Amino acid sequence: MDFNQSTDDNLFDHARIVGKPHARIDGALKVTGQAPYAYERHDVAAHQLVGYPLCATIAKGRITHMDATAARAAPGVAAVVTTLDIEPLAQAKSNVARLFGGDTVAHYHQAIAVVVADTLEQARSAAALIEVRYQEEQGVFDLDAAWEQQTPDEPLSDVGDVDAAFKNAAVTLDEVYRTASQSHAMMEPHASIVDWSDGGQMTVWTSNQMIAWTRKALAKTFAIDLETIRLESPYVGGGFGGKLWLRADTVLAALGSRAAGRPVKLALPRPLVFNNATHRSGTVQRLRIAADAEGRITAFDHSAFSHTLPGGSGENPVNQTRAFYAGASRRVAHTAIEMDLPESADMRAPGEASGLAALEIAMDEMAEKLGMDPVEFRILNDTQVDPEDPNKPFSDRHYVECLQKGAADFGWEARNRTPGGQREGQWLIGQGMAGAYRGAPTMDSGARVRLQAGRLVVETDMTDIGTGSYTIIAQTAAEAMGLALEDVEVRLGNSDYPVSSGSGGQFGAASATAGVYAACLKLQEEIAQRLGMNSPRFEQGMVIAGTTEVALAEVADGEELVAEDTIHFGDFKDTLQIGTFAAHFVEVAVHAHTGETRVRRMLAVCDAGRILNPVTARSQVIGGMTMGVGAALMEGLIPDVERGFFVNHDLASYEVAVHADIPEQEVIFLDTTDAASTPLKAKGVGELGICGVAAAVANAIYNATGIRVRDYPITLDRLIDQLPKVS
Amino acid sequence: MRAFSYERAASPADAAARAAEVPGAKFIAGGTNLLDLMKHEIETPLHLIDVRGTGLNDITATEEGGLRVGAMVSNSTLAANPRVREAYGVLSRALVAGASGQLRNKATTGGNLLQRTRCPYFYDTAMPCNKRSPGAGCAALGKGATTRQLGVIGTSDACIATHPSDMAVALQALDARVETVTPEGETRSLTLDAFYQLPGDTPDVENTLAKGEMITGVVLPAPVEGRHAYFKVRDRSSYAFALVSVALIHAPDGTGRVALGGMAPRPWRRDAADAALPQGAAAVMAELLDGARPTEENAYKLTLAERTLAALLAEE
Amino acid sequence: MNAPNSAEQRRDQAPQDVPRSTVTLIVNGTQHTLTLDNRTTLLDTLREHLALTGSKKGCDHGQCGACTVSVNGERINACLTLAVMHEGDEITTIEGVGTVEHLDPMQQAFVANDAFQCGYCTPGQICSANAVLQEIAANIPSHVTADLTATIEITDAEIRERMSGNLCRCGAYANILKAITQVAKERA
Repeated sequence: MDFNQSTDDNLFDHARIVGKPHARIDGALKVTGQAPYAYERHDVAAHQLVGYPLCATIAKGRITHMDATAARAAPGVAAVVTTLDIEPLAQAKSNVARLFGGDTVAHYHQAIAVVVADTLEQARSAAALIEVRYQEEQGVFDLDAAWEQQTPDEPLSDVGDVDAAFKNAAVTLDEVYRTASQSHAMMEPHASIVDWSDGGQMTVWTSNQMIAWTRKALAKTFAIDLETIRLESPYVGGGFGGKLWLRADTVLAALGSRAAGRPVKLALPRPLVFNNATHRSGTVQRLRIAADAEGRITAFDHSAFSHTLPGGSGENPVNQTRAFYAGASRRVAHTAIEMDLPESADMRAPGEASGLAALEIAMDEMAEKLGMDPVEFRILNDTQVDPEDPNKPFSDRHYVECLQKGAADFGWEARNRTPGGQREGQWLIGQGMAGAYRGAPTMDSGARVRLQAGRLVVETDMTDIGTGSYTIIAQTAAEAMGLALEDVEVRLGNSDYPVSSGSGGQFGAASATAGVYAACLKLQEEIAQRLGMNSPRFEQGMVIAGTTEVALAEVADGEELVAEDTIHFGDFKDTLQIGTFAAHFVEVAVHAHTGETRVRRMLAVCDAGRILNPVTARSQVIGGMTMGVGAALMEGLIPDVERGFFVNHDLASYEVAVHADIPEQEVIFLDTTDAASTPLKAKGVGELGICGVAAAVANAIYNATGIRVRDYPITLDRLIDQLPKVS
Repeated sequence: MRAFSYERAASPADAAARAAEVPGAKFIAGGTNLLDLMKHEIETPLHLIDVRGTGLNDITATEEGGLRVGAMVSNSTLAANPRVREAYGVLSRALVAGASGQLRNKATTGGNLLQRTRCPYFYDTAMPCNKRSPGAGCAALGKGATTRQLGVIGTSDACIATHPSDMAVALQALDARVETVTPEGETRSLTLDAFYQLPGDTPDVENTLAKGEMITGVVLPAPVEGRHAYFKVRDRSSYAFALVSVALIHAPDGTGRVALGGMAPRPWRRDAADAALPQGAAAVMAELLDGARPTEENAYKLTLAERTLAALLAEE
Repeated sequence: MNAPNSAEQRRDQAPQDVPRSTVTLIVNGTQHTLTLDNRTTLLDTLREHLALTGSKKGCDHGQCGACTVSVNGERINACLTLAVMHEGDEITTIEGVGTVEHLDPMQQAFVANDAFQCGYCTPGQICSANAVLQEIAANIPSHVTADLTATIEITDAEIRERMSGNLCRCGAYANILKAITQVAKERA
């Protein structure tokens, strides 16, 4: 199915199931512990062995010597493969550092050996027996030191006359903001079972967001035929971008399996995840804003720096600055500084989360300088066209309504208006807000549907990483085929199924449901043809044309009817800005003595097109808000800038928000649709929810204390010297 | 984790004797820190002596009007004990400020005292650490190191780790004593200052227990009148180690006791600081933190400790 | 560079045999007698030897709570305890809480309130949630209990604090609170 123009009124505008709240159809499996995650598939391959990784303990250099004699002789050990035993593996484009092979160490905790044994206890113990000697090389690990010396890259965009705008501006801002490196810290560590026992067919049970990409990456990495690889990932214990790519768990399990001649399962031990796998790069961002005396923005100048291993792209936080607010002139630049810290890559709202963390503090600061309400300042500077290209309209943008609705529901009028001026006992109370803008991309997405005796089976390699894919796909198929939700079975995450968008970049829900709809239309055509009907309706399990009604259960005479299609999104989208928008409102309490910040309430108002399932969509948003609180208050991978690794590499020292950190969270979805997005007029919300949250918290802290912190996370040591004096 | 043999001990004296006799032996009770460290091969016992069945599960009144807490009493049980809640509130508060509900159900009184530091360089076996490998050097004292969580006082040029316990901070304020039995069957009773050893040149030696000597319990003296409070400051609201914690017992006449956690290699208290309590938080900290040697990154702890105590005093 | 705990030192001290023990566990009402490598944690015993994979391994170091199970009526982290230390103990895992056909009220409430997303921390959350209500009923204090000597009420703050040993990176906390509150009200 080609999607080459905005859609008209269609069945989703009169939906029975899509857009209505439904509990997750995979819920019962998850709450009973029966949903099978990658490492738990005892049933899929007999005689599994256990792999355990050994990882490098230098940040940069060469391995000069490895001796695995003792490990090989240890009890229960079936095989040991060291990185010196094999030639460097080829690198898929998605991997910046080599995953295995050869003597080069590109980052701390890069995998350098795998030990395969009968049990975890044996493999883990034997791995510690491998002797390694290194020749260390000097590396670059300090982003703050590096950016001061770095020549910025050419601007990504430079429109209007930025310098003149600043010269002529009534009010300007020029500040530097810093975001910390962050870890996805999904609860299920990277894990795989691989059966490559004979070195021929490779079967992979893994935890991965992108089946087709990862299958291709495996083919490239091992220089094998794509057709020999089968991959399953039906349940993923969280991803957030950390499982977009092929990672060391799969590669080591594969090498171990080939060496031992048995299936091998391997999970990355948690303390190795933080430096072995990918993370979101920290950023340093200089932001300048110019405005006229009435508060109309005339220019933005945003220059950002992040870190990457050589060849990677870092964390580009400037793209939202290009299109969020009006203003004739703007210049943005991002420089990915090549450094030797572990591999930085995508994490939930890559770039957007970091960029808005800075931009939306800057907007708050500008509003204050202008003496304006920060909500009014944003409304004044709304735009309905791409400010870099006024001929390119937003397809559907209701940011102003988000701001207005949010302000009304939060009680913004009653907020504290004097920074540091509201106190309850030992707590300083403050309110803050921020805007959010995240693009709404779509990716071609395929599905197959099987009609079996009136029941429909949907197969697509789409994944459900907690996003609700199972449920919204079932809703879409049930809606399209006129079936009840219970009559639809959804099978996901399998390379035997048609290639979908996969889960990432906030494109999954919109794209995959459109692909399923396309397959359903194909099935409808086939049914119509079979029954000799012209454009029949599909309602309540019946196929209806005129006065003729045939039960779906009877259209195929007991046979299975199968249809498959892929939705292809056309170029017309390039003539539009298609995005999602939100306004976040937050109240915090900051302890006047200690500087501890506790979030007291949160509200998000979202404009994200048709909400396919308000239950699962709301969960996506509150999840983003929770991760945003972490980013604002506690999350930060701390590099040792001499030794070149993230020191806090476990879940005790890399703190994510706990239950006690999260207050009442309210989410409001505006009743909007975006006909340019997909046939369902839907857009994603999974990344919108985190965008802007950190800044809303930061702005609330400023409001509570009068202390403007521009470095995340805003831990108490950044506040304590400026808090009110105590006796 | 290295392989180990395992046995269950029936009495403290047997356990101590066996621990002295079997090479590489270590006691295990709750195991919440020991197993964590064994998985990292930071602890590498060759033999584990399970001491949970040694009859040390009771909390009993002492003749002096205090309480004797068996070494195997769980953190949850101790925190929930009616007598502790009523008369030793600071202890109950400190216990429930620590770890999580699950961990407190397993962690024991004796084991809590013996927790190892949470210094991230101690936890990463690739890093030089004088505590883990005497003489190896200290990565935390390296010039690119992160030290935000580490100690500011009582530390040495060999080690700046802190002791992570909350419970021990309250015990320090309560003048609790640690009771032990030696492999020879003798018993000892130690103040916390006598029990914990500051790092000096030997940060690997954290306490004065002899080889095989086993903690049998903790004795709380008769209750101290006054307000009992424990203020734990951390980056997230729960399930995190303290940046700074303050245990306070404050009598109606303004006298009292102050002990600090998160600052030093042992729960930190000084008589002169207690004596300064009537003069306020600044006076207390001037005594308590005299001689502090913070790093640039953790100097905030000095301010924070004073402000945290001030917050407690201001609540009254 | 030689690591302080060098493999060389380590190898010289490694024992050649791996000691094992026999232990009897009562898991979800069924008795299992197993001979295990002493190093086997209760969590790995459940997941690997009994194929009860509902208890999850998120960190293996007591830092996430995904492995929470009940042992003799108390919740603990199964990753930080050795199986050999549980002779005769009664262990309840998520598989013993309820089944797909017969969900326990807490499991039902989690589904009804969308109190999970990826599902990986969920069994641990549910095991903790049931224990939290018991712990409040037993008047065991928490960090947020205002008066140590009064009867503890079920409040949002009490639930949040007591559930804080169970991380949920998907951020379903607000919905988990609703689920637990719903069950508490049903029971009241």
